[in-house]
Amino acid sequence: MADSALSSQRIHDVPDQLTTADGIPLKRKLAISMRRARWRAFLMTAPLVLFMLVSFVLPIGQMLTRSVHNDSFSKALPNFSVALRDWDQKASADGLPDEALFKLLAEDMAVARKERTIGRAATRINYDHSGTRSLFMGAARKAKNFEAPYKETFLELKPKWSNVEMWAAMKRVASDNTTGFYLAAVDRTYDANNDIVEQDEVRQIYVKLFWRTLYLSGVITVLCFLLAYPVAYLLSVLPLAKSNLLMILVLLPFWTSLLVRTTAWIALLQTEGIVNDVLVWLGIISDDGRVQMIYNQMGTIIAMTHILLPFMVLPLYSVMKTIPPSYMRAARSLGANQFTAFVKVYFPQTIPGIAAGTLLVFILAIGYYITPALVGGQDGQLISNIIAFHMQKSLNWSLAAALGSILLAGVLILYWLYNKLIGIDNLKFG
Amino acid sequence: MALPAHATPVEKVWHYTYLVICTLIFIFLIVPIIIIVPLSFNAEPYFTFTEGMLGFKSDAYSTRWYQDIFKNGMLNPEAPLSWAWFSDAWNNAQWLRATRNSFFIATVSTIVATTLGTLAALGLSRPEMPARSLITGLLISPMIVPLVITATGMFFFYSDVGLAKTYTGVILAHATLGIPFVIITVTATLSSFDTSLIRASASCGATPTTTFFKIIMPLILPGMISGALFAFITSLDEVVVMLFVADVEQRTIPRQMFSGLREQISPTILAVATVLVIISIALLTAVELLRRRSERLRGLSPG
Amino acid sequence: MKMKLLLSAAAALAITAGSASAKDLTVVSWGGAYTKSQVEAYHKPWQAKTGKTITSEDYNGGIAEIKAQVEANNVTWDIIDVELSDAVRACDEGLIEPIDPSILPAGADGTAAADDFLPGTLHECAVANIVWSTIFAYDSSKIANGPKTIGDFFDTAKFPGKRGLRKNPKANLEMALMADGVPAADVYKVLGTPEGVNRAFAKLDTIKGDVVWWEAGAQPPQLLADGEVAMTTAYNGRIFNAVAGEGKPFEIVWDGQVWDLDLWVIPKGSKNKEAALDFLKFSTSTKQLAAQASWISYGPARKSSGALVGKFHNKDIDMVPQMPTNAANLKNATQNNFEFWADNQDELNERFNAWLAG
Repeated sequence: MADSALSSQRIHDVPDQLTTADGIPLKRKLAISMRRARWRAFLMTAPLVLFMLVSFVLPIGQMLTRSVHNDSFSKALPNFSVALRDWDQKASADGLPDEALFKLLAEDMAVARKERTIGRAATRINYDHSGTRSLFMGAARKAKNFEAPYKETFLELKPKWSNVEMWAAMKRVASDNTTGFYLAAVDRTYDANNDIVEQDEVRQIYVKLFWRTLYLSGVITVLCFLLAYPVAYLLSVLPLAKSNLLMILVLLPFWTSLLVRTTAWIALLQTEGIVNDVLVWLGIISDDGRVQMIYNQMGTIIAMTHILLPFMVLPLYSVMKTIPPSYMRAARSLGANQFTAFVKVYFPQTIPGIAAGTLLVFILAIGYYITPALVGGQDGQLISNIIAFHMQKSLNWSLAAALGSILLAGVLILYWLYNKLIGIDNLKFG
Repeated sequence: MALPAHATPVEKVWHYTYLVICTLIFIFLIVPIIIIVPLSFNAEPYFTFTEGMLGFKSDAYSTRWYQDIFKNGMLNPEAPLSWAWFSDAWNNAQWLRATRNSFFIATVSTIVATTLGTLAALGLSRPEMPARSLITGLLISPMIVPLVITATGMFFFYSDVGLAKTYTGVILAHATLGIPFVIITVTATLSSFDTSLIRASASCGATPTTTFFKIIMPLILPGMISGALFAFITSLDEVVVMLFVADVEQRTIPRQMFSGLREQISPTILAVATVLVIISIALLTAVELLRRRSERLRGLSPG
Repeated sequence: MKMKLLLSAAAALAITAGSASAKDLTVVSWGGAYTKSQVEAYHKPWQAKTGKTITSEDYNGGIAEIKAQVEANNVTWDIIDVELSDAVRACDEGLIEPIDPSILPAGADGTAAADDFLPGTLHECAVANIVWSTIFAYDSSKIANGPKTIGDFFDTAKFPGKRGLRKNPKANLEMALMADGVPAADVYKVLGTPEGVNRAFAKLDTIKGDVVWWEAGAQPPQLLADGEVAMTTAYNGRIFNAVAGEGKPFEIVWDGQVWDLDLWVIPKGSKNKEAALDFLKFSTSTKQLAAQASWISYGPARKSSGALVGKFHNKDIDMVPQMPTNAANLKNATQNNFEFWADNQDELNERFNAWLAG
């Protein structure tokens, strides 16, 4: 009673707002301390965020700029490039540059040949207009002896110098910023009028590869789901001691090196390998009729399904574990048969687990490189393999970056979807 | 999973079919890993069982591929066993060098990943953390972004700053790849962490540092260690970044296996693979034990 | 605190581990039996002579890695064994150092280097060491009445079974044309036209479904030994070594061979250029080139070494008939046209990859 009187008394004493001991309004003080807490929390993550920005985000960002920026042509032939950028092809009667530009070309070529940079310019123009490298190198070898009239000299050397499409391509590569590599990454190219057209049919490859990557990832995801679902269910309903034991069979592959598992599949699947040996021994196939199961699509599918299976089992298991068995019993006692009970009652409850597992497996599958490289042969290669090819072999780094950014965009969309649907915080292992 | 007494015959048939299917799937999961163990003792240079092996003839089995792990690359492998032999093997055997590199790189990158990762996870799990989901998304992304893209990005950037083909570069790269695992495991431990313990500790007069080492650390330690083990195995298993960023000098076990599988397939790879399987079993056991301990400590049910 | 200590200790370790490995010379070559022959004939005597150590590294050809190292300004290779067309290309792109042929020692018989080297084996940026060849081979224990001509390689009706081919258009297109009836002398004339390229790919199409692709030189003998292929193209020395060294029943078919040079090049920015040049001079001397020919069946690039070629190092096998340039082996043969490949390989690689993926 006295207490309440006191407090009501106090309330009357209180000015318009509450203050703390040092006279600062409580609201503000709270805000300050909240802000401080936020800062403290943020500062704890800051070192890592900074580390990741430098070691991860920046490198990838920098790499991706290569997909739209390539200055190897203008670096090797600087004066010619500057002049060519201002050249208006439509204004010229024959679609070819005038004498002055040809003169610049001859001069720049002679210098580039001497400084050994001409090869890079030739490679660059060849990306946009296939078949020009030899034309360039041939002219460059003789360029220092060229004399006026330059235009005629070039045209006499090789009639291909009068190719209008090639000159359109040359004008494009003279500028350092280009969308050409993205077009190339989707099997498109520019024609003489700078319109976007389909790439020559014998050179089309990337769209096919993107589709194949999606298709194979889809097949692998479905296979993983079909194999993981029964296993996860079994694990979730078995008594703990037993399920823990069986869980090891799922976790051991998960913890085993990717290379080890790929090696194992090579040993199992090759023509002279164990599976074929067993099939021959069982008389299912003859010794001459051994089945090619590796170094093709089948090899990629089998090995990757095995490698990614645990990523499907674990999320399914963690969802199934939370479903009370009484629901199924209730459904049964209400007259549903086992099948109906499963389809109507149990399965819908596992959908979050299915979504998590499927998305995770799919995301991991579309970026796979090592396993297809080792067991995929030709038709089992994925988009990552062609990116690596352009990085390491053909050295068309800009095209690799363009292909990579398309792949990355796809993965990030899926990642965003995953975060939306499941939340990355719910990712768990083991 | 026992069959109820009133099960119909159809249900019985289905039940056993189901068990057979599960058994087959478990076989699919585990056989590839088990099979390489006997194969690695093959006396012949093949990746398959010889007739002698199937007949359990002792001369069909040998440890020659295990010896080859030591001898391959040695200047004088046939020298008598002595100090000089060991020093030769230690310095020149390719697989031993790869093993040394693997463990060195994995250890250092794990330390980096665990330290930075734990600190960040502590920040992330505070209720006041701003932009949490964005930052978590960023920190987990190395696990999601295709390795080829990460590796090519690092290749250009590290070349520019002079880190490519150095141990430091490889370690930084591997630390980056290990961080998501540390974040995930430590945040998971922290999610069930009772924050009133921190206040209790503070009200008893402990400094934040004392609180961290005496209260927080012991409780999240299992999560930290299993995160560290994940980071460790990620580094130990990583080959794509190695292909782009590392030089022959930093060559690790998986990198060496990758060349071996593409070029000169020899059963030595199977012997190495067997050793790696044993290491994974050890690590898996460690993680399992930790998980149970952690759950016991936090009063959750075991399992 | 402990963590901090550990971390700084680890960082210190990382730094020492990084710097503790100053290499005297990194020599890069094609691996397997070929690198082995170079180690025996070049590396070991050079190390004994100079007291320096060589780090030997393997690769599968191409100038990609050289370009990556030079452009990233991070050169860790010092001297590399490359094919002629790649040497020309790398030189055009300024990736390798020019080499003045006058620094090369005269032949053992006193002939000046410029005259002693076979014609076309000295290039402005490269010095040849050997002549090698892409041939095809089969296991004579599995095919009794074996193939005789390059046409047989493409005839899966007459000789059923898988074929091994290098995953690269080089040599494959030439062989396809020769199998299709193009005379060896006209191969590059035909290949220089779009119709010729189509013709070569059409011929490759006839066996596409039966091909196992290889990349490293060590793979073809392995593919034959494992029975993964019935016949395969290969570098002739690798097959010879599997026969002479390991007693494998392989048979080389010289018909339709495509021969080429391997040359030493030094990447621009090599940190051990002096040592690399010294190694280059040493390894391409008369004696060393002849010594290599006793380890593998590749022809030395010097005339004076050719005269010294004798027997296989540990067996009574005459090496001369095993060389690609031996008259009996050259009846239907093409020399790899380096200019054609230096200029056209980008286009043909692109076409080849699209063809492979299709």
